[in-house]
Amino acid sequence: MADYQEFLDTIDRAAYHEGEWQWEEDGYTVTRTYNYSAPGCHDSCGILAYTKDNKLVKVEGDPLDPCTNGKLCMRCLNLPEATNYPDRLKYPMKRKREDRGNVDAFERISWDEALDIIEDWIKTNIDEAGLGRESIMVNHGTGRNINYQVPFLGGACLRTSNVGAIGFSGYSCYLPRVCGTAAPMGDFPIVDASMGHPDRYNNPEWVHPDVLVVWGCEPLRSNADGYIGHWLVQCVQMGTKIISIDPILTWWGARATHWLDLRPGTDLCIALAWLYVITQEDLIDHEFVDCWCAYYDELKTYLATPSENNDGLGYTPEWASRVTGVDEETIVASARMYANAPRGAIQWGLPFDTQVDSMHACLAVSDLMAVCGNIDRPGTNLLVRNAFEINPGYATASMYADPEAAAKKCTYKTLQQLQGKEPKAEPFIGMADCDAMCYAMETQQPYPMKMLWVQGSNTYTCNGLDTARIYRNIMNFEFIVVADPYMTPTAAAFADILLPLKMSIERDSMRVWWQPLRAMKAVTTFGECKSDEEIIVWLGNRLNPELFSKRWPDIDHFIQDYLDTGFNLINEDGSGLKTAGRNKAGADVVADAHTEFYRKHGGTGTFMDLVQQGGYEYDEFNDEYEKYAKGMLRSDGTPGFATPSGRIELISPTFQAWGIDPWPKHYESVAQSMWTTDEEYRKEYPFTIINGNRSYEFFHSENRQQKTMREFHPVPYVQVSKQTAEEYGLAEGEWIWIENHVGRCKQCVKINPALQPHYIVAEHGWWFPEGDGNAPSLFGSFDCNINNLTYSFETGEGGIGAPYKSIVGRIYKVKDGDTLPSVQILEKGGFREIPPCGVS
Amino acid sequence: MNGILINYEYCTGCHSCEVACKKRLGLPEGEFGIRLTETGPWEYAGKSGEDRWEWSWVPVLTKACDLCADRTDAGKMPMCVQHCQAWCMYHGEVGELARKMDGETRWALLTPRLAR
Repeated sequence: MADYQEFLDTIDRAAYHEGEWQWEEDGYTVTRTYNYSAPGCHDSCGILAYTKDNKLVKVEGDPLDPCTNGKLCMRCLNLPEATNYPDRLKYPMKRKREDRGNVDAFERISWDEALDIIEDWIKTNIDEAGLGRESIMVNHGTGRNINYQVPFLGGACLRTSNVGAIGFSGYSCYLPRVCGTAAPMGDFPIVDASMGHPDRYNNPEWVHPDVLVVWGCEPLRSNADGYIGHWLVQCVQMGTKIISIDPILTWWGARATHWLDLRPGTDLCIALAWLYVITQEDLIDHEFVDCWCAYYDELKTYLATPSENNDGLGYTPEWASRVTGVDEETIVASARMYANAPRGAIQWGLPFDTQVDSMHACLAVSDLMAVCGNIDRPGTNLLVRNAFEINPGYATASMYADPEAAAKKCTYKTLQQLQGKEPKAEPFIGMADCDAMCYAMETQQPYPMKMLWVQGSNTYTCNGLDTARIYRNIMNFEFIVVADPYMTPTAAAFADILLPLKMSIERDSMRVWWQPLRAMKAVTTFGECKSDEEIIVWLGNRLNPELFSKRWPDIDHFIQDYLDTGFNLINEDGSGLKTAGRNKAGADVVADAHTEFYRKHGGTGTFMDLVQQGGYEYDEFNDEYEKYAKGMLRSDGTPGFATPSGRIELISPTFQAWGIDPWPKHYESVAQSMWTTDEEYRKEYPFTIINGNRSYEFFHSENRQQKTMREFHPVPYVQVSKQTAEEYGLAEGEWIWIENHVGRCKQCVKINPALQPHYIVAEHGWWFPEGDGNAPSLFGSFDCNINNLTYSFETGEGGIGAPYKSIVGRIYKVKDGDTLPSVQILEKGGFREIPPCGVS
Repeated sequence: MNGILINYEYCTGCHSCEVACKKRLGLPEGEFGIRLTETGPWEYAGKSGEDRWEWSWVPVLTKACDLCADRTDAGKMPMCVQHCQAWCMYHGEVGELARKMDGETRWALLTPRLAR
């Protein structure tokens, strides 16, 4: 592109019906709206949906949308196939508990009957049995526009705040980066690719970054965290230079000035060494550090001080080189390149959340942005908030849960108490602690876990660590409700009640996750499916009528309330409890609990207004730079950052309050520590396995039933180096077992000439909807599952960060007659005796 | 004559052009109107920095491509150009398109068979 004005000038706006939100064209009704790719992703791109006779026939990107400019990924382009998939769930079903795992045993019921069964079960087995609602657990996935809906359903409808993801130790997705930046800088930094501005790349203040650090992610494939990766390609076309920090060669690494192919789990060491170079060589932004940062001198001294943690070398490039395997010169040169750039920006990914020194890695990278003055200025890391302060999220679970149940939420403190350890801090995280819930499931302590509600999550098939263990744990729930658009392995294995969900294209819904506020307009219906919002209203009005009859008697009130209050707790005088969004945890008491959208529109703005104005509205907050200097970040309106001192705290007292060492220190998982120091262990497990490699075709465990996606990506691939392929006699397309002390799975070999010989790269989330849904196969969901090799109960300080992406293992060829993992786990007692509770 | 210009320095291999086209033409499994080719990755001996690795994609217009004649007649972009996430594809008159080829980055100008 490179010339945005030229692009705008060449669009035939009339051909794309500028100013209309819905029109007739060649026998189709066309709707201009936004959509999460089917069924989910992290983004909502502008689309033109073509429907005929209540059926979605085709989808195009909307070139008039400033957010994604008409570009679409292959999944959204294939939306009709996903939506019209013939085996989608069409109506509610029930099944006897003893028939779990038998997909033929489901029996069609009405929504009313489903509601009667759920209400009766809770009444009899929870309330009248003398248990609290904390004995109900709610399990959610990610993306698909469920990030507030499912926690809200847990709190407001089921009255529990035990909302999380089973087997998802260490909150290992996004939360570490959110909390790890909220503590030192009070807000969340994302790379400024002009997405805060409605006029985008033409914005007169915006400049592309001079240097972009792509760190531990492939944003083009993952589009994670509400961020469109291809925005960054526009920056590169305009002249942005690249540093890639990743054990895997990506599009970025192949075009980078420096590619740092570090050992997985050692990102913090690079960050500390960069800080060492930048502070020692005085490459900092003096004015920014003087005016806006705290503890700089302490940080500088700390980095240069020899300690046990840095092998007596200080956090020098020499030390980092030893730990990471990246040569010293490259570490120094790349540090200088980032620090010397007038505008540097860091795009960071999931590996920051999936290592045991996760919080410290996040702190160190926050420090890098800060000391170089790369915060909230054009082309650096922009501080963003949800548009119009519409912030519903995890906090809604605790806000609306039964107060006694909320007080008993499974937290990291709960886990420490159960394990006889002294908790260092009070809980500060909205999501329940998954290891604490695992503990409760396995021991029925501190209270029994009786009922599970799973909505839009594929549990053991996707992100759950140690599949055999969590499959067993889930099966122990006495009553399980699953809601999903598809018959997933989770639905097939566990559901006693199965509720059909609408796809995004069938839902009236809205989203923020930064900028802009976007409306998603339903354009079709499918069977008897309900939207996540409709399920909340349906369930809440029966189970919690006192609250719902007043505030959310029907879907229209519910949808409007998203805009008006963002589901804050609100009193008649407008005061209330406001959820704090992603810039910090929890909720605040405020005099006016309405959203900025409500205030801006005097309470008159509606969902249909938003739909009809083109589906989006930009918030001025995210359009501004240097908000810290303008008094826009602190609730008292004074200049500075939303931290206790008002400055960016390079050493974090807030960490200390959270029970986490305020000084960044590198430490590794048990397996990585042994792998690097114990020769015998390394002989047994020669490979570090990098898990969860993303692809364009799939979002986590989704999209596997689409033939078009499978044409491009038929089977799970495990990448091995050329040297490994030669050593093991492997050819592309051959299947190998990947195995360690926890279990094994098989994937198909792909040779990656850029991979270091002692690493392999595996995919996650694989199942085969074309296969047998009945146990033990359960759509083949165990057979290729890399989480057969991962484990719970190992996290970093504060209970944050689990070593998902740096496990160890061995490989060998698959032979005819080998026992499939599904058979091993379900019929032959598993790969190992599952260790006692609390043990990995 | 019209064609498609690709600044393939920036092509990311995301498959959007392939699926966008396939859906418009209603092509079955195994058939494409535009098909990505992948080159690399390999490492150039003795090179460093931006010149160290080769890993590029270039899409090929197949015999099925009609440059989305019905769309362009209606003022719209061809499906591949409209949806290209890397924003590295251009549609237009080949003489005009060729003027963008600047030698600074790598480009390919493609013209399909239009006479039937």
